[in-house]
Amino acid sequence: MAVHSLTPGADLAYVQARSSDPLPPPSLVRGPIAWLRQNLFSSIPNAILTFAVLGLLLLIIPPTIRFLLIDAVWTGADRAACREDMAGRPVGACWAFVVDRIGYFTYGGYPVESRWRVDLWFAMLAVGIGWMLWLKAPRRDVGAVYFFAIFPVASFVLLTGWQAIGLTPVATAFWGGILVTLVVSIVGIVFSLPFGILLALGRRSKLPLVKLACVVFIEVIRGVPLITVLIMANTMLPLFLPAGVSVDRLLRPLIGVAIFASAYMAEVVRGGLQAVPKGQYEGAMSLGLGYWRMMLFIVLPQALRIVIPGIVNTFIGLFKDTSLVYVIGVFDLMKTIEAARIDPQWAAPTVSNTGYAFAAFFYFVCCFGMSRYSLMVERKLAAGQRR
Amino acid sequence: MKKTIATLAVGLGVALAGATLGAGSASAQATLANVKQKGFLQCGANTGLAGFGVPDAQGNWSGFDVDYCRAVAAAVFGDPTKVRFTPLAAKDRFTALQSGEVDVLIRNTTVTMSRDTALGLHFTGVNYYDGQGFMVRKKLGVSSAKELNGASICTQQGTTTELNLADYFRANNMKYEVVAFASSDETFKAYDSGRCDAFTTDASGLYAERLRASAPDDHIVLPEVISKEPLGPGVRKGDGQWADIVTWVGYALVNAEELGVTKANVDQMMKSDNPEVKRLLGVEGSFGEGIGLTKDWAARIVKGVGNYGEIFERNIGEGSRLKIKRGLNALWSKGGLQYGMPIR
Amino acid sequence: MSTIASRPPAKASLVNDPKVRGIVYQVVLVAVLVALVWAAATNAIDNLRAAKIASGFGFLESTSGFDIGQTLIPYSATSTYGRAFLVGLLNTLLVAAIGIVLATFLGFVVGVARLSSNWIVARVATVYVELIRNLPLLLQLLFWYIAVLRALPEPRASLNAGIGVFLNNRGLYMPRPIVAPDSWLLMASLAIGVVAAIAYSVHARRKQAATGEQSPTGRAALGFVVGLPLLVWLLLALLGTNPISFELPQQTRFNLNGGLQVFPEFVALTLGLTIYTAAFIAEIVRAGILAVSRGQTEAANALGLRSGPTLKLVVIPQAMRVIIPPLTSQYLNLTKNSSLAVVIGYPDLVQVFMGTVLNQTGQAIECVAITMAVYLTISIVTATVMNDYNRRKALVER
Repeated sequence: MAVHSLTPGADLAYVQARSSDPLPPPSLVRGPIAWLRQNLFSSIPNAILTFAVLGLLLLIIPPTIRFLLIDAVWTGADRAACREDMAGRPVGACWAFVVDRIGYFTYGGYPVESRWRVDLWFAMLAVGIGWMLWLKAPRRDVGAVYFFAIFPVASFVLLTGWQAIGLTPVATAFWGGILVTLVVSIVGIVFSLPFGILLALGRRSKLPLVKLACVVFIEVIRGVPLITVLIMANTMLPLFLPAGVSVDRLLRPLIGVAIFASAYMAEVVRGGLQAVPKGQYEGAMSLGLGYWRMMLFIVLPQALRIVIPGIVNTFIGLFKDTSLVYVIGVFDLMKTIEAARIDPQWAAPTVSNTGYAFAAFFYFVCCFGMSRYSLMVERKLAAGQRR
Repeated sequence: MKKTIATLAVGLGVALAGATLGAGSASAQATLANVKQKGFLQCGANTGLAGFGVPDAQGNWSGFDVDYCRAVAAAVFGDPTKVRFTPLAAKDRFTALQSGEVDVLIRNTTVTMSRDTALGLHFTGVNYYDGQGFMVRKKLGVSSAKELNGASICTQQGTTTELNLADYFRANNMKYEVVAFASSDETFKAYDSGRCDAFTTDASGLYAERLRASAPDDHIVLPEVISKEPLGPGVRKGDGQWADIVTWVGYALVNAEELGVTKANVDQMMKSDNPEVKRLLGVEGSFGEGIGLTKDWAARIVKGVGNYGEIFERNIGEGSRLKIKRGLNALWSKGGLQYGMPIR
Repeated sequence: MSTIASRPPAKASLVNDPKVRGIVYQVVLVAVLVALVWAAATNAIDNLRAAKIASGFGFLESTSGFDIGQTLIPYSATSTYGRAFLVGLLNTLLVAAIGIVLATFLGFVVGVARLSSNWIVARVATVYVELIRNLPLLLQLLFWYIAVLRALPEPRASLNAGIGVFLNNRGLYMPRPIVAPDSWLLMASLAIGVVAAIAYSVHARRKQAATGEQSPTGRAALGFVVGLPLLVWLLLALLGTNPISFELPQQTRFNLNGGLQVFPEFVALTLGLTIYTAAFIAEIVRAGILAVSRGQTEAANALGLRSGPTLKLVVIPQAMRVIIPPLTSQYLNLTKNSSLAVVIGYPDLVQVFMGTVLNQTGQAIECVAITMAVYLTISIVTATVMNDYNRRKALVER
């Protein structure tokens, strides 16, 4: 390499006087191949792992897509469409079955001429949930009143009916499907939040007996499976009431779910109460606020804000768990699917799995949406607390 | 803190109020008055057993047991449609009756001594003489229940079926593997998908369930009947009048068949000279008033749902998909056990 | 409750005295609770009397009259209801124990995989977790039960894996070892092997603490626990006495008979519980690992540890502190969720006791109370054990 003498001592052979030509970018740092190398084949074990996982995916995904979409039957009036021997081709998911029974899956046996009431209820519910969940919505205080006070009463009137205003009564025995799944979850959340807060406050109370009662309640309910609580509500509630008083078959699991959810909600709220700095309590007391004003105006607003993700997560759990009312014979979405799939009109090999796929889709969309929402709120809260 | 307690108390109050809000109250003493006041009969029915009690997609019920409910409604109101059905699982049925949730339980329930004496219910007779049997796949080549040694058997838990099954295999010194499910749907589905070699329940149920198999013709019902299963309507103990009504509705249905009174000819039969027919239809005497109903109670029943034979044929007999033979349920005069107590 | 009273309090009226008020509230609460319980109890007694349902726990002694498919202890229709209870309880414990072990294993694998530098592994793990966590367990169990059943052949066309292992829609059949009565030598050698393995690992740990030298504890333990009994067995076999024989499943007219049978209900339940719980455990593990500061990994790398040992020796031990409390509640959840067995016909405690026994006896209160008490006890015991473990693992702060 030629050396130009620009400075004194430039004739020193080991001093490079000119910047060397830039090298071409290494092909293995940027670009898709490099990405592959870095992320999939960084070492031999890693490469083996990659191929193993790829093999697994190849085993799972193509047949699933084939089943759900390519071989699927979209139209048909009965099982003939979904049986290979009758349709004369490989048959995957029998969506025709879901299309045929979608009314049953949505409303159960709710009378056809009254189903608009359920539709209206779905709309009211959507408004309520949207209002509560959209953090920047206008007048969220009104929203809360709507959701926790007006909506439940309106729902009751709308769904059970009220002869005086021209709504034919519909016995709960006819309710079913998504309607019941939503009713059970909503009742769970609407009741569990206030009761959960009370239980959490009670658990942190300085009065030993109040605390004891709350601790025992919370821990007993959390220590047993939901099924046992539901079976208890179903078979024992009638025994504990005076002779001749009977509780509606749908109300029993509702009571069970509300009790169950309250105990879990109490623990979530307690976490929030503990996270509120002691200074806030002391500050409130020094202002001369009594217990309830302190809780209502100072502590709970902060505590509940912190636990919004926890509340949503509890709700997701509750939403999934409502499928257990199936066990005590309430016609929720799962039970309607079970009932429909054994109907001989649709007796075909793939009908069961199609029904399950439909249920999976419904639950996944709801739960995944809620969990994304909870993550978003969490991020927002974290940003707000950064100082 | 006072408010905690106050709130708690209010909360509990609300909860209790909520519980009673959806609650109907029924006194054990005067079911008839209660039913009349409600304006409809609340009938405990099966959650879905083809031929006996099954709701269609619109929630309309039909079936043999369902028609019995309608017969009671017809006797009380003169209108067989004034009845509502509560679908009950096997394990819920007795509590539902005890608690007053239903007025009458007509849900293929076996009459047994312990149920009659210890569970607070009273059976009003037998509307269907049944017996437990087995269904197997044809291709197994089994022709008798005695050949089932070593088989897997699906059954519904909490029923007499489960106990009879254990007794039968013990008595015949055979082994088996039991798979028990909470509902008849789950039980049959497990059998249909190959989990079990045999499926056992009351013979009537076997015929009904077979219709739901993916391929009904692949299954046969074995000839053995391993138990006596007299199925009958039940009411709460302690209300003699109501028990009488349900009992005599059953006898009236059978008597109507014996006397040839049908839904179609009931109006002409009113003019019949046969004194038995006259007494049945209330042209002579006023037997219905003795049980708190009207004179023409039996005529109302037959007009509403037909006689026993008609109900049978329509729902489970040759006129239905089940095609069950009358067998034990033929009239006593034709070699069966159905015997209407005389109305006089 | 305010606690301002440090200087001599001014004479306040009794109504405003926090202490008095506290006592009054508590008395009211207790009164309300007692009244509720009393009302419920009297109603229950009246109702039971009216319905002529027996009460008390005497029924546990009477003959059950029904059979149960899977029993870990001898049981027949002539056994008592109490025995049926035990059968159900053991079945619950069995599925819970196996589920916990498998779910922990799978959960750790998936949790670590989510943080893998391998893109596709991390993605697949994420999809797995998101998919499974957002579907009801009930749906998954039904799916597995139907999927497992549908996929398997009927008994006459069993899949034969050789050496007496068969698979069909009645379950998995394996040869059952039958231990001869004179095999005490074998048992003794097994016991000696276990003791020796423990002793060796204690010794190895001391040695490592003193000198830093590592010993192959794993291989040694394997040798002691498996090798020693194997050796004894071979010796015995050479001497002509066969301590263990195997009962092979035999094809009969309907099922395979004999051997060890694993029921499809059990398989479906274990599979469902494992896959479901593992997704939650994976999230816990991931959070635990992320909670370990990055500096720890870097320091380990600087010391020359490779990624495997870094994870095993540095990261996971620290992450365990964060992981254990939520892991405990997942174990409890799995145990409680095993009660879903009722929908697929696995005879667990709820299915046998709250299902069949409750229906046959009509004694709802007793059955429900016993079942709930059992789950409560399991919860409390597990929580105590895990808390104790947690205390020992917790960071000792100076």
